[in-house]
Amino acid sequence: MNRIDSIFADLRRRGAKALMPYLTVGDPDLATTRQLLPAIEKAGAAVCELGLPFSDPIADGPVIQASMNYALERGLRVRQILDAVSQDRPKLKMGLVAMGSYTLVHKVGPAQFVRDAKAAGIDGLIIPDLPLEESSALRDLAGAQGLIFSMLIAPTTPIERAEKIAKASSGFVYLLSRGGITGERTALPPDLGQRVQRLRQVTDLPITVGFGVSTAEQVGQVVGVADAAIVGSAIMRRVAEFREKGSPALVAEVGRFVGELASGLTGVPGVKV
Amino acid sequence: MTTQTPSAPSANVPDAAGRFGPYGGSYVPETLHAALAQVEAEYRRSQADPAFAQKFNALLHDYVGRETPLYFAPRLTELAKGAKIYLKREDLAHTGAHKINNALGQALLCLRMGKRRLIAETGAGQHGVATATAAAVFGLECDVFMGTEDMRRQRPNVLRMGMLGTRVVPVESGSRTLKDATNAAMRDWMETSNHTHYIIGSVVGPHPFPMMVRDFQSVIGRETRQQCLAILGRLPDAIVACVGGGSNAAGMFYPFVQDTSVKLVGVEAGGRGMAEGDHAASITLGKPGVLHGSLSYVLQDPDGQTANVHSISAGLDYPGVGPEHAYWHDTQRVSYTSVTDDQALDAFEAVTRREGIIPALESSHAVAHGLALAASLPKEKVVVINLSGRGDKDLDETARLLAARAGKK
Repeated sequence: MNRIDSIFADLRRRGAKALMPYLTVGDPDLATTRQLLPAIEKAGAAVCELGLPFSDPIADGPVIQASMNYALERGLRVRQILDAVSQDRPKLKMGLVAMGSYTLVHKVGPAQFVRDAKAAGIDGLIIPDLPLEESSALRDLAGAQGLIFSMLIAPTTPIERAEKIAKASSGFVYLLSRGGITGERTALPPDLGQRVQRLRQVTDLPITVGFGVSTAEQVGQVVGVADAAIVGSAIMRRVAEFREKGSPALVAEVGRFVGELASGLTGVPGVKV
Repeated sequence: MTTQTPSAPSANVPDAAGRFGPYGGSYVPETLHAALAQVEAEYRRSQADPAFAQKFNALLHDYVGRETPLYFAPRLTELAKGAKIYLKREDLAHTGAHKINNALGQALLCLRMGKRRLIAETGAGQHGVATATAAAVFGLECDVFMGTEDMRRQRPNVLRMGMLGTRVVPVESGSRTLKDATNAAMRDWMETSNHTHYIIGSVVGPHPFPMMVRDFQSVIGRETRQQCLAILGRLPDAIVACVGGGSNAAGMFYPFVQDTSVKLVGVEAGGRGMAEGDHAASITLGKPGVLHGSLSYVLQDPDGQTANVHSISAGLDYPGVGPEHAYWHDTQRVSYTSVTDDQALDAFEAVTRREGIIPALESSHAVAHGLALAASLPKEKVVVINLSGRGDKDLDETARLLAARAGKK
């Protein structure tokens, strides 16, 4: 069984919910990312989204964009990322999902990309700019290697299309809390609960919610209805703030913040099993 | 000259998925799917509606001043000492370039969709000015995204947009040029598509933009075809157009795709040389990849990261190219070449001094190759060069570049 599937099956059995932090790999450097992984696991991360830096990430807001540029300006290569993951995988229990733009996949070829990801110990893929219509080849390849392939569902996605996307996804579906790009927001949209409920009627996959989730309170609101909360920009903003303060301080701060976010997972009213 | 007849690719592209052969498609986050589907549906309805064509054609005639002349350039012909050179005078279109054709077409579409705001990316500023103009004439709100490096080198167009009532949004990320302005515009559209239409300025981006922009620009090629038949009694032997994203070239070439006797040549920006970062010749030196929502030739590093590009021309300073150009390249219907910054400046001086026409630096690239091609052909042949825009926007930058060059010599 794929690790992501096991993680969500176990959470469901226990009636628990998941926190899925996002990290841009290589910000501020690869060595620090490798210290962050065990730190966020210890702080309560069930799955980590590993953001593969791309020069032109059209779905990302200013924080993640700047974070990717920072990593790329220091010469980070995809090969280095995969090598690092393969060394650290045995030490980690949490799921690792690679998230990257399709052009990085296209560059090496979908079959090679999937083989490399599998060999490195990555459990699944999210390719945000690969929509349903373009996705069948890559998701078949991923499935053949036992990797999960999760696709995005937007607020503007009609329910019939959301059902097709969910059918084509594996592991979990990635529900965008709102339109637009990644980034922190002060409040979650009021219709989020309804959208999750509608989606539940057409899929049994775990439902994760991302985009604009940035506080423990919002994590609590999200997992009050969904199975997992994804937090990206709020974490990477802290990474940026601590870049100059050295790795130990940065790792401690991110660990502390992920722990704070994880506190939102418990004691939430209205948790559904 | 080759005696081989180039294979004729289909003019019946793209397919329903937006594919030109293997190229094109729609590589965008799910967030944009609904907006793109709406644009495509409205575009198809508008194409089936005679009232839309009537309105669009009336605007092109009465407002843009079409048709633009096909001008015999006697002193350029004399300089080349070969084929006759004709210039398709898109520089005489209202706002100074072909960009207005597409901006008006898409602004009409925006009105049909009941949206109240236009956004656009711009490099040279010509598409930004065209969109700002369309916004003014239709009473729409307008924001144009522009890299700060381009704002510096195309200052007159920044001022024009402001006067037209458009907000120019400076883009500081990445290389601060057209690529980054496009990223910024796409991100805005993801947040605002319920009330905003994004007028992409070239034959790039996700389906249906490459098709739609080509169609709105095809008036250039249709006019040229009719003018050649009227003036020469036959089709030209070759047509040359510059290619950044490739909208003027696509609009010029598309109506000639089935006329295999007409050699079509796209001219990319060769910049300072062949090394990565020194040019913007996506087809000549790039590989297939995805940028801004479609699969086409892209300039990338070995990891797939978008490469830095360079051209003296802000409008050609782009690491990608429209997917239909990639298709025409692979089917060998159009040949693609590049000219350097220096060759473009030489051509700029030649058109200015010998014809009294100050061309845009973009169009100067087409002229540079057009002169060389004409020189290689006998006198009875005819070469048409698409003079896609005028050079007023470039005056400060060109004066600086020419002075620097004179200093070096």
